[in-house]
Amino acid sequence: MPKITSLEDLRKIKEQARDLTAARSGGKVKIIIGMGTCGIAAGAREIMTAVLEELDKRGLRDVVVETTGCIGMCQKEPLLDVIRPGEPRITYGNVRVEDVPMIIAEHVVNGRVVEEKVVGRTE
Amino acid sequence: MLQDLSQYVLDISENSLKAGASRVEIELCVDEQKDLVSLTVTDNGPGMDEELLSMVVDPFCTTRRERKVGLGIPFLKQAAETCEGFLRIDSGKGEGTKVNVLLRKSHIDCPPMGDVASTVVALMVGWPDRSFVFRYAVDGKTLDLSTDQLLEILEDRNLLVLPEVAVWLRKYLSEQIEKLHMGRK
Repeated sequence: MPKITSLEDLRKIKEQARDLTAARSGGKVKIIIGMGTCGIAAGAREIMTAVLEELDKRGLRDVVVETTGCIGMCQKEPLLDVIRPGEPRITYGNVRVEDVPMIIAEHVVNGRVVEEKVVGRTE
Repeated sequence: MLQDLSQYVLDISENSLKAGASRVEIELCVDEQKDLVSLTVTDNGPGMDEELLSMVVDPFCTTRRERKVGLGIPFLKQAAETCEGFLRIDSGKGEGTKVNVLLRKSHIDCPPMGDVASTVVALMVGWPDRSFVFRYAVDGKTLDLSTDQLLEILEDRNLLVLPEVAVWLRKYLSEQIEKLHMGRK
């Protein structure tokens, strides 16, 4: 039978996290997911889960994940924004769960915008 | 319409948070004997006066600037009423808001509960500075989880948003909820 996840595991995560968070530097990459009714209906929550799983898998701790409400581009939901320090805010639209690993690998980690999914750019 | 009940719960909780609630309580109950599913979201936000309260269930009285209202509540009301249920909102200016939805579980149109664990994770990671109290009950057996409980272990709010904590939380809740449903006869 597979091991059951327990609160004890959370204690272990905390022990490991403590020293690492102290080493965090200022320049964090931000990922923002639209979590309005339109976003949720289009699958934003599943995008959020995929983002968190990908960040966990890659051990990326200097990325902040946030949510926001409807910004009036409902037809392009789910929307996912990536902001790298000092760079324009890039909005990706109609994001699918399978796009998430590529956006994180290319843009978040390597700084290369995934042009074919871009629906907005704010300087 | 949203796909499942857990998405509605996320949506109405987002309303509470956007309105400024610092604490949101979510209670989901499945009662096989009474053939009911009940969803309750209670917040300590600014509440609504009677005028706004009468507007939130009507999608056509919504203004774009008014973020507290939109399609979410009308959708949920319709989903509930389709399943011989109802949506009820108790609120008053300065008194917080309580949204309660009841659905006939065996009704053919009753949406599945869906991925409740992901809803809780999306709320806790999306709003790390707020407090959540979550309860899931199946035929009287309950699972309780709150931000306070997690903070007792983590001791630091900043750790709530760590991806590994989120992944742990989703797994933990999924397993616990599955266990509640499995024990049911």
